[in-house]
Amino acid sequence: MSEQKKVATRDAYGKALAEFGEQYPNLFVLDADLSKSTKTAIFKEKFPKRHFNCGIAESNMMSTAAGMAAVGKIVFASTFAMFAAGRAFEQVRNSIGYPHLNVKIGATHAGLSVGEDGATHQCCEDIALMRSIPGMTVISPADAIETRAAVLAAIQHDGPVYLRMGRLAVPVVNDTPSYHFELGKGVTLQDGQDVTIVATGLMVAEALRAREMLKADGVSARVLDIHTIKPIDDELLKKAAKETGAVVTAEEHNIIGGLGSAVCESLAENYPTPVVRVGVDDQFGQSGKALQVLEFYGLTAEHIVKAAKEAIQKKK
Amino acid sequence: MDAEKRKFLEKQALEIRKGIVLEIYSAQSGHPGGSLAIADVVSYLYFMEMHVDAQKPEDEKRDRFVLSKGHSVPAVYAALALKGDFPKEWLKEFRKLGSRLQGHPNMRDTPGIDMSTGSLGQGISAACGMALSAKACGDPYRVYTILGDGELEEGQVWEAAMFAAQYKLDNLVAYVDNNGLQIDGKITDVMSPEPITDKYAAFGWHVIEIDGHNFDEIEAAYKEAKTVKGKPTVIVAHSIKGKGISYMENQASWHGKAPNDEEYAQAVKELDAALAKLEAQA
Repeated sequence: MSEQKKVATRDAYGKALAEFGEQYPNLFVLDADLSKSTKTAIFKEKFPKRHFNCGIAESNMMSTAAGMAAVGKIVFASTFAMFAAGRAFEQVRNSIGYPHLNVKIGATHAGLSVGEDGATHQCCEDIALMRSIPGMTVISPADAIETRAAVLAAIQHDGPVYLRMGRLAVPVVNDTPSYHFELGKGVTLQDGQDVTIVATGLMVAEALRAREMLKADGVSARVLDIHTIKPIDDELLKKAAKETGAVVTAEEHNIIGGLGSAVCESLAENYPTPVVRVGVDDQFGQSGKALQVLEFYGLTAEHIVKAAKEAIQKKK
Repeated sequence: MDAEKRKFLEKQALEIRKGIVLEIYSAQSGHPGGSLAIADVVSYLYFMEMHVDAQKPEDEKRDRFVLSKGHSVPAVYAALALKGDFPKEWLKEFRKLGSRLQGHPNMRDTPGIDMSTGSLGQGISAACGMALSAKACGDPYRVYTILGDGELEEGQVWEAAMFAAQYKLDNLVAYVDNNGLQIDGKITDVMSPEPITDKYAAFGWHVIEIDGHNFDEIEAAYKEAKTVKGKPTVIVAHSIKGKGISYMENQASWHGKAPNDEEYAQAVKELDAALAKLEAQA
């Protein structure tokens, strides 16, 4: 592929908050001593009176955000995915999820691409945790353009939202005039007949790369960008399963509980179809350069190609 | 406090206690000990201190209340029913399937409840969020919360304590129901949060120590809190778990147990006698 523009979704997140802060004076941002990393510092720069540092105390931050939302604010609470979804899970469930409050959890540094910090910071369980909370919307944008749209959709959505962003700069794949973001609706990036690659987050760019490789082998692959993992786009998945007969999922997350599970659940009930899951195979990560770590754990286009051929083999 | 005012608050507190035993007896489930311990402060908050109007439950400028020790919600439901937020008949449906009075408070189910709580340690943080929001927007309302002394064993309580001091939340008043008992026994035997007053002072709070069953001291404490600028206030109140029902007082075993028919009759008899005695006062 030609030279692609790369932007980290966390950068787009910080910029989007600063952009929409103008239009939404009711928007407040909390962070837990990571504002330079989560990029909420960009918002803070512009709206210092609407950004509050909660210190290294994520549990308190989540319940505090709930209290602010209970009196009518739209609150973005940001930290790394590990601490947002992991450490503060119960606060998110009980203080935010149960009363269905308008808190948007801006979780950055999700997945293995955290890189050098290693397993303690590489959260590959957050999608599973967050989608198990009743009423929680879970969004995992593929690139900077989708992130900006997702932030706006989260602001306009009444209720809790979990937004999953990454540390690593990733290719911009949705830079098209026809791009349209709708909560709960997947994006068909490329059409195809033989197999469907359903991807989320940084694996969407890998899925597109895999499609090119499959094309060279004479295989026509459809690529879906599933930015909203909950509620998942059952109709789009069913249509793709029906038309291509085989599905591969690709995510930077444990294959247990994440996108792969969500797709399997949807298809098993709506249109049983062979599925092969690409993702973290129920393992902890380790330190290393982000791209090396992703390669080591099999999160690349090459692995998607292999999985696609396997899925096609499984067709009756 | 003048005699008439005190008599009124004492009457409301006795009615709240009657509501508490009715709820828990009807449900055959719930937490009488801690609920009875806070009946007096709940009476003071709802009938004297807070600007809350049952006719205008959604008023954005109303004072906010968060019951951080959510299991003591029978006291709050009883007060809300007395105040007129919902019919008293609802109290008999407490903890039953389909009821609007959940076992722990839920803001989406019950009129007059400002925050869903029950998982200990989280309500105080939510109260901080409300107080911070009021400060950030220049809103005049104040935020009130009640914590249990056992609840102070939750680490999140101290995260919130740092936060409230950091952001100078002088519109926040926390009340610690220091009855000294938790499910497994004395707080000092299980996992002591003492010295509670010293801890809060060290965390940068204004600390007031009172008798949680003395309305003069309760009033003086909340009045003092309004004069404090630049820091949050905590009222550490010595109280009696199970207060007002002779056989429940100071018994950890009544933390989370419902009275049987005879015990209920005895509780009502004692509370009615106290009400009659109060009425007989000049």
